[in-house]
Amino acid sequence: LALYFHMGEREEKCIIEDLPSDTLVVGNYKVQRWDIHKHDFLESAPGLGMFVTVTTPSGEVLLSKLYGPQGTFSFTSYLSGEHIICFQSNSTRFAVIAGSKLRFHLDIRVGEHFLDESAIEAKDKMNEVNVRLEHLIEQIHHVTKEQDYEREREEKFRKTSEETNSNILWWAIVQTLILISVGIWQIKSLRDFFISKKLV
Amino acid sequence: MPPRGSRGPLPPLLLMWALAACAARASEITFELPDNAKQCFYEEIAQGTKCTLEFQVITGGHYDVDCRLEDPDGVVLYKEMKKQYDSFTFTASRNGTYKFCFSNEFSTFTHKTVYFDFQVGEDPPLFPSENRVTALTQMESACVSIHEALKSVIDYQTHFRLREAQGRSRAEDLNTRVAYWSIGEAIILLVVSIGQVFLLKSFFSDKRTTTTRVGS
Repeated sequence: LALYFHMGEREEKCIIEDLPSDTLVVGNYKVQRWDIHKHDFLESAPGLGMFVTVTTPSGEVLLSKLYGPQGTFSFTSYLSGEHIICFQSNSTRFAVIAGSKLRFHLDIRVGEHFLDESAIEAKDKMNEVNVRLEHLIEQIHHVTKEQDYEREREEKFRKTSEETNSNILWWAIVQTLILISVGIWQIKSLRDFFISKKLV
Repeated sequence: MPPRGSRGPLPPLLLMWALAACAARASEITFELPDNAKQCFYEEIAQGTKCTLEFQVITGGHYDVDCRLEDPDGVVLYKEMKKQYDSFTFTASRNGTYKFCFSNEFSTFTHKTVYFDFQVGEDPPLFPSENRVTALTQMESACVSIHEALKSVIDYQTHFRLREAQGRSRAEDLNTRVAYWSIGEAIILLVVSIGQVFLLKSFFSDKRTTTTRVGS
């Protein structure tokens, strides 16, 4: 748990994960609170917890739970798209306390397959290679899933571009027609007007 | 998202792994940076570790962000303004907490989505040589080369995914702009043309009695 950043006590920080469907995501975090008296971050703060909320691309909430100051959360995506993982502490203290902030350590792993530790411990050489191969196969499956997802997105991209193209063409035609018809109407209307005013 | 964090499976001797001077870690996070905001990340790195920071802006405005990397003494190792994508490798010259920040303070109303990948240390070898007496068998060598190839496949895939996301974001922006502008222009056209005629008619209206009519 090496990477960390600072956030306010009541602040909500979100990260975005673009995932293909059926992908397991596991997150580890640790949160520490700044102590004014010691001028350092406390190693453990009793009662401090974090709300972890995961939202799917369709807006549904996949996971919404309160964990302690240190915890692990996981979820599996069933839709492919941008999932938003939000963290907010459950602190009810007033934010007016100057210098009050939280140090948030985070480690997110996507699509990782957790291997059986006991299988690795086996001294048998064949078994070790077996284990490695299984891991490689898992990685390849993940690559394939990502590629399928990429194909979906490229299709969406292409549709948007083609829609833009046909929009431009359609509106150009419509505007030209409006221009011509309004021009004709203008001339006719003015001519009739001047004739009625006996100016022509 | 490719499997990151611990790259390969743990070596058989867990003790050896725990003693490894540079435990390889990689954190990749995609987050939204609001306008006029700055977001900093910190990581504790041991001396001599080779680290790589790579970042890319995916959506927002002109797709650029300021990035700055400082060592524990505050010495700026890397500083670039308004960069769209960059990759920076450095070796930690001393122990301590390194800090890198992304800033969107130059932008007034566009918030950006930024992706970064911070890799610390090299990956541990797949088949550690401490507990063996013979060289790697063909099977193991094949495993190692497949692993390396897969790592680079995953790397390319991530880059491609980000580029595609960026392209798609631009295309969707363009589409919305074309739609709004076209509708707006059509309405302006109609309003102005009809307005012109009525305005002209009003110049010749009968309200002014001094206007003489020819041949009344």
